[in-house]
Amino acid sequence: MACDEIITVRGLSNAFGEQYVHKDLDLTVCRGEILGVVGGSGTGKSVLMRSIIGLQQPVSGEIEVLGEPMVDRDEAEAKNIRRRWGILFQNGALFSTLTVAENVQVPIREYFPYIKGELLDEIAAYKIAMSGLPANAGPKYPSELSGGMRKRAALARALALDPELLFLDEPTAGLDPIGAAAFDELIVKLKQKLDLTVFLITHDLDTLHAICDRVAVLADQKVIAVGTIEELLAMDHPWIQEYFNGPRGRAASGHKTGASVG
Amino acid sequence: MVEETETSPDGGPHRLAIEGALTISRLGGIRRDIDAAPDPLTLDVSGVDRIDTVGAWLLHRTVRDRGATIVGQSPEINDLIGQVADADPGAPVQREKPPRPLAFLAELGEWTIEFGRTFVGLLGFFGSVILGFASLIRHPKRFRFNAVVQRFDLVGVRALGIIGLMSFLIGIVVGQQGAVQLQQFGAEVYTINLIGRLTLRELGTLMTAIMVAGRSGSAFAAQIGTMKITEEIDAMRTIGVSPVEALVIPRLLAAVVMMPLLAFFSMVLTLAGGGLFCWLVLEIPPLTYISRLQEVIPITDLWVGLIKAPIFGFIIALAGCFQGMQVKGNSEEVGLRTTTAVVQSIFMVIVLDAVFAVFFSQVGWN
Repeated sequence: MACDEIITVRGLSNAFGEQYVHKDLDLTVCRGEILGVVGGSGTGKSVLMRSIIGLQQPVSGEIEVLGEPMVDRDEAEAKNIRRRWGILFQNGALFSTLTVAENVQVPIREYFPYIKGELLDEIAAYKIAMSGLPANAGPKYPSELSGGMRKRAALARALALDPELLFLDEPTAGLDPIGAAAFDELIVKLKQKLDLTVFLITHDLDTLHAICDRVAVLADQKVIAVGTIEELLAMDHPWIQEYFNGPRGRAASGHKTGASVG
Repeated sequence: MVEETETSPDGGPHRLAIEGALTISRLGGIRRDIDAAPDPLTLDVSGVDRIDTVGAWLLHRTVRDRGATIVGQSPEINDLIGQVADADPGAPVQREKPPRPLAFLAELGEWTIEFGRTFVGLLGFFGSVILGFASLIRHPKRFRFNAVVQRFDLVGVRALGIIGLMSFLIGIVVGQQGAVQLQQFGAEVYTINLIGRLTLRELGTLMTAIMVAGRSGSAFAAQIGTMKITEEIDAMRTIGVSPVEALVIPRLLAAVVMMPLLAFFSMVLTLAGGGLFCWLVLEIPPLTYISRLQEVIPITDLWVGLIKAPIFGFIIALAGCFQGMQVKGNSEEVGLRTTTAVVQSIFMVIVLDAVFAVFFSQVGWN
């Protein structure tokens, strides 16, 4: 299958002071796939996402998103590209002084100020319903929601502008297994409905098995391997073997086989 | 976006053709055209090459609200309309509000309840502080000496600069204002009485209390409030550390001990500022100024000022810590509670100051 590149990272290096997080990192994300990014703690998964979305200034390297170079981009031009992606931060990052509905409306108000009144409310309402939140969640404040609902609300905000590209930073962290599985399902469903490409950082082996088309492994300041889980299993890198064949990895893959049989 | 509007010659449904992209960025124009078109309406979307959920929603609501017919849609568009229709009706966006006259009553009721709760809460908090002190006296080893010293530094030593400068300037201002009035009677030498007595009895302590409330009372509320949000206070409780002992008592002690010291410091510098003014403008030499101060100010004036200081300090720290402990929910609350802490403590300090003024004059210290 030919890859229609939606994110291209070439030769990326990131450093905090003397300490390099990434050195000469390459990564490609194809349109329409769910790419899982895994790696031990401190291998720079979140930093990689932050440099792709322009929150982290890399030391060197090129980043292209949706066909547009992102490094050193003029703020006004970057804004037009930002409109085309949605981001779910690790802790939701919902604006705590706004209700869920107002949170969803923020990006719409910012980019399309002429949409207002009833139509704006309707748009927020159907986005909230699509994200699987109960009907009474709209006027609530984030502090009144449970962790799982907060993630869904953050997802509704990420989807506010109908993005082509969705960044998820550990979406299932802190959710109970049932909630996490439901969230996985929601992502797959939305991805199919809305033609999304998903860049997914996760530690959750069940999520990897359940929804990722390909998985990129971060280690030694690089992406050491990209491929389907079967392809990764065929490699004999010690970290990858440990990760997927450790007790938790085996449990997750067994669980998946069980599920697909049943 | 190309749009054509044509009315069928036979007077049948109005036909609106939408072409190009039907997405959020084109929504404004398309919506205007749809709103302008008369019923019954037929939307021809055969020319749409790109559509997002917002576009699909626009089609859906036109069908829903106006009974329009959509023709020429691809399966993809149909699918998307189906998706958004599934999410309709969505979540209500606004909270339900009671009608207006009732809203006022409801607000009044909420305010009264809130006021009562705050009062009861403050009493309860005061009680838990007393209990905390009592348990510290029984177990003196639990006393957090380092925390207290650190608070002394933050509340007391670091406030010296700003309180000194403020007091010095106030001394000059009081001297100048007094001299202007008293000169009219040729009694400018009484400026010294004015500066001396006003400073020791009222200004030194009151200005210091206001400064400490703004500097430290607000900081107490914000620090404890932030710790409340990040669940640090809950963590403390589960580990077995009492937040009252660890957080509130060191701050209370710091405010109670530092307030009289700061107030005394403030008095000295206010007198110095007044003295400088007298020397430069009224040509009263410093030695004369000092000996005159000794003659006209009874020592009880100093006690009046200093007795109030620790009580004001206690009120400021209590209000700050109490409001900090009341924080729950979001970060906006921290700001609100911090403001409330400062307003409440300054208000209580001034009310109490008035009570003290009456009290001291009744006991004959005037």
